[in-house]
Order: sequence, then C-alpha cells, then structure tokens
Amino acid sequence: MLTPLAFERPVLELEARIEDLRKLGQHDDLDLSEETQRLEAQIEKSLAQLYGKLTPWQRVQVARHPNRPRALSVINALIDDFTPLAGDRLYGEDEAIIGGIGRLKGRSVVVIGQEKGGDTASRVKHNFGMAHPEGYRKAMRLMDLAERFKLPVVSFVDTPGAFPGIEAEERGQAEAIARCLQKGLEIETPFVAAVLGEGGSGGAVAIAAADKLLMFEHSVYSVISPEGCASILWRSAEQAPEAAEALRMTAKDLYDLGVADAIVPEPVGGAHRDPQAAIQSLGDAIVSALGETEAGGVTGAELKRRRRERFLKIGG
Amino acid sequence: MSWIENYVRPRIQQLVRRTPTQSDLWRQCPACGQMIFHQDLDRAQMVCPNCSHHMRIGAKARFDLLFDADGHDVLTMPQTPADPLKFRDQKRYTDRLKDAVNKNGPGDALKAAAGRIDGMPAVVAVLDFAFMGGSMGAAVGAGFVASVRAAIERKAGFVAITASGGARMQEGILSLMQMPRTVAALGMLKDAGLPYIVVLTDPTTGGVSASFAMLGDIAIAEPGAGIGFAGQRVIKETIGQTLPEGFQRAEYLYDHGMIDMVVTRAEMKATLGRVLSLLMQPTRAVANLPALVADTAKADAAAPAQAGVALKPGGKASRARATEPKQPETKQAEATKAEPRT
Ligand SMILES: [Zn+2]
Repeated sequence: MLTPLAFERPVLELEARIEDLRKLGQHDDLDLSEETQRLEAQIEKSLAQLYGKLTPWQRVQVARHPNRPRALSVINALIDDFTPLAGDRLYGEDEAIIGGIGRLKGRSVVVIGQEKGGDTASRVKHNFGMAHPEGYRKAMRLMDLAERFKLPVVSFVDTPGAFPGIEAEERGQAEAIARCLQKGLEIETPFVAAVLGEGGSGGAVAIAAADKLLMFEHSVYSVISPEGCASILWRSAEQAPEAAEALRMTAKDLYDLGVADAIVPEPVGGAHRDPQAAIQSLGDAIVSALGETEAGGVTGAELKRRRRERFLKIGG
Repeated sequence: MSWIENYVRPRIQQLVRRTPTQSDLWRQCPACGQMIFHQDLDRAQMVCPNCSHHMRIGAKARFDLLFDADGHDVLTMPQTPADPLKFRDQKRYTDRLKDAVNKNGPGDALKAAAGRIDGMPAVVAVLDFAFMGGSMGAAVGAGFVASVRAAIERKAGFVAITASGGARMQEGILSLMQMPRTVAALGMLKDAGLPYIVVLTDPTTGGVSASFAMLGDIAIAEPGAGIGFAGQRVIKETIGQTLPEGFQRAEYLYDHGMIDMVVTRAEMKATLGRVLSLLMQPTRAVANLPALVADTAKADAAAPAQAGVALKPGGKASRARATEPKQPETKQAEATKAEPRT
C-alpha cells in the first residue's frame, strides 16, 4: 500500500477504480480488461503530467515518501557481499548511519548511508535518520578505512538533519560534523555521494562533500527545512510551500547552481512507485560518476586536490 | 562599585541632565541589568565590571584589542554574487543586505586584518554578529578563503573569532556549501604548516560551529559564550525536556572536553600571542627569547610617534623588525624589564 500524497488524489482515485473493476471481474466473470487498460493508460498519463510539473513543496513530499528507496534498500539491491561495520570506537554505534564494505558491480567500495527506517519500529531504531556524533565519527572511521585500502567511498544522503539533543551536543555534534566534512575533503580516494530523498543541512553535507554529487530526480537538499525556514522568515511554518520555492532546493535547482553534478531519473510517478527501477538507475549513475572521477588514472592526491579546489570556489 | 554609584547615580543623572545623548553614555548589562558608564565599559573592553559578562563586540574592536599597537592592515574581502537565488520572503534579501550595510558599514559579516599579536605574525578573521547574525553566505566563505590565503602568503598564524547564528538561509544550498568551502581552506593552511586558533564567542551555532569554528588546532572560548550545533528552542521542542543549567555555554563545553580553554577578553591577546609563539617558533633557542621580547619593547618605546607611519602600508616595518639581527648580550637587561608586559 502506498502512503497517499495529497496532490496525487486524482491518480489514487483512478487506481481505486481499477481495484474495484478487478474485484467485479473476479465475481461476475466479466471481461473488463479493456476498461482496466484504458484506466491504466489514464493513470500513466496523469502521473506523467503531475510529476512533470511538481511544485518544490510537492517535491519535498515526494522526497520524504516512506516508500522511496532508502539507504538499506539501495544497499541490499546494489551492493553484493555487503558487510556492515559498526561503531565509532569512541562511544557507541549509531544506526542512523549505516556503514560497511561490499561490492558495487564487482568492485569493493566503502558504503556510508543515512537510513530513516521504513516502519515505526525501524524508524525508532534508526532515529529517523538523524545521526548523533557517533554516526559521523563512524563515517570518518570508514573513510579512513577506504583510504587505507584505496577503495572508493559511496555515500547515501537521506536525513532531516543531525539530531538536535542534549547528549548529541554534549558529545560534540558540531565538532563531529566538522571533522567528518574535513575527513571527506581529505581522503585520497574517489568519493561519490547520492541524495536519495532528503538532504537536511549540516547533517547531510557532513557525508556529501564529495568528488561527485548525484541527486535523485525528486530528491531535495537544503540548508534548512522549508518548515524551519518559514517559521523563521515568515514567522509561520504554514508558509513552508513558499519557503520551499525560495530556497531552490530541488535536484534541478542544485544542478543549475552547480552543486549537483547529475540528476538520476526516477520512474514515472516517482521512485516510490517502482523503487527497484529507480535503484538500478542509481547504480548505473554511481558507476559512471566513479568512472568520470577516476578518468585518466588520477592519483589519490590529485583527487583530493581537485575536490578541495571545487569547494574553495563554490558559491562564487 | 556600590549600588548608589551603579544604579542611583545614573538614574539621578538621567533625571538631572536629560540631554539627547544620555542613552549613549550609559549602557545596561544584558546579563545583570547594571547601568555602566560608557567610558568604564570601553576601558573594560565591553566586559561588565559588575558580573564579567562579555558583551558582543564587532570586528574593529577585536582588531584593536588583539593587534600590537604599531598597526594592522584590514584586508579587502573578495566580491561575491549578492543574491544568487533572488531570494525573497516577506522582505527581499537584497533589502536585508542593504539594511545590514547601512547599520554596519560596507562589506559582509566577515572582516579580516593582518598584523602582529605580541610580535607574532597573524591574520585575524572576525565574524560580526551585528551583520545579519554573523550568518555565513558566499561572502563570508570567500572572505574566509581569502583570509587563509593571506595568512599563508604572510606565513602568519590564522585566528578566527566566531559569532554566528549559522548559515545564511537566504543563499539556500550555496550557504550550506560554505561549510565545506571554509573547511577546504583550512586544508591549505594545514599543508602550509601554519597554526589555526579559534576564538569562540557568543553565540557560535549551526553551520559555522559545524565547520571551521570547531576545527581549531587550539580552541579557545570567551567566558559564558553560547556554543553549539542546534538551537536551544529546537532541542527543547525535539526532546520535550528542560535543558540543563549552563547548557551550551563555554564552560559546559570545556567540562565536556570540547575546547582547550576559556579565556577572558582581558587575557585574550597575551594567550593568543603565547600560543602562536609556541606553535610557530618551536625550536627558538632560550637565549633568543629575551632578545625578541626586547625587540618588541624597544620598538614600542620608540614607536608612539612613528608607529602609524612606519607600518603603513602592508606592515613593512614589522617584517623588517622580524629579520633584524639579534644581539642577545646587550638586550638581556632590557628583556627583564620588559617581561611583565607580556
Ligand atoms: Zn553585568
């Protein structure tokens, strides 16, 4: 069952009618396939229309859809022999950030991914994708591992932000993010980051200052949530749709602003309608981004230099 | 100071001499409520004489406080796109910028200058909270990179004095990208083998704390400064609990191992000078130490009339002084006299 998005109502109504027809067909032995096909074509058309002109705020809803590909589902589908690695060796294990080693199309990689969780139990387990300092320090440890064995780092971004809590502050949330960012800029090994759903501010950029940044077509990435921005600048969270527009936070915006390097297309109607197809496109995009990064057999030191130059200039 | 001096006197004077400038002459401490005479406050470097509250001060005051009396060069900050997103909420971002410039003078929230701190070459970059809450957009990021480059060119230590609410959200994702930008700049400084000292002042939060502010080789904070990643209101709303006493204050960070020291404004210059010297002159022979101090003392003694002339432009005089041949024997005596100065 798909969690409904308000703006998808016309499509959801058509889907409900198909369901009714199917039930009818089972009981009365009628051939309704022609009508079903007609409705399906209509759905395809309205989805294409709806998703062809999503507002930024609608895109935020899609980006947060619980049925979208999440880090764990992406890892399960794309990474063979995935071997999770746990703990920051300092304080604890943070399940908001999944990490490990595995093979992407045959090649060993280090994977770091923010996991929001899919149902209530797993959301709690993964703290809704909001990492504590331990998560960022684990990510740093894994980046070190990647560098030592000359493995590429592939990170998956999907978080509302770093966790805002007393313990997170006590254990140095700001410092952990800053160091993780620094580590990502310093590793002498290829580094590709992909925004799956929601790239939430400092908590996201900590694992995303990479050689290449990919974004799913309907993902968003912003300095602040539209709700947060609206409540500060418009003094009411209800202005979130306006804020979403003003912030220029969609994949296309980031591509146009030179922050994202490529947009990974999603199936018609969004990745939540066909997660596996979306994940396969993402896999291809990551492999080609790694290929571009390493083209001409660049050294690790050269990768680091280029990555630094990229960010020294960013924003003009 | 007595109650009469601090409270009654200002009140009486207010009543007696109600001139338009009265409110400029007295300032109320935001922490303890005490009225303080402006000259007393200036003399105390904007630290409340009653409760030691460190009030917020701007870039110029910081430069005057930290650099040696023989002058410093304010660096020209690079030009950046003013409003890359054409951002507009209830107000245009360009109008907010204009207001900030009208209130604070030209430029953006980051100002930097090069000079010497107790004789040690230093570039000091200051985030001014008065300019749009010290928020970090492309201008701050570009200014930070330029300041680091200036430090490398001058083989100077780099000191960042932070005060910021975080990223400048009117620049959207580009403001977030200033986090990796500033961190990348620190990579150049590290490669150059130069020290990076951070002075965290009230308040330092959000994207600034989660990037360059927390990466100092040495991390210093002013007493009572609020320092953290998340804002207190957000934390309260998220966890639904009251926050512990002193939460996110400098002393709290010290207790949790997040900073090296809490240093009062009065001791800041001496502390920075000492730390820079220890890190940048690691093998200085013992015999040479007094000589250098003596150099400074001598320069200071001779300086008052010439300093302004000698140091403009580009701090040439100070560079010359550093390369002056040392004469340990004759200067030992002077050094002893000069010692209490530092
Ligand atoms: Zn006071």
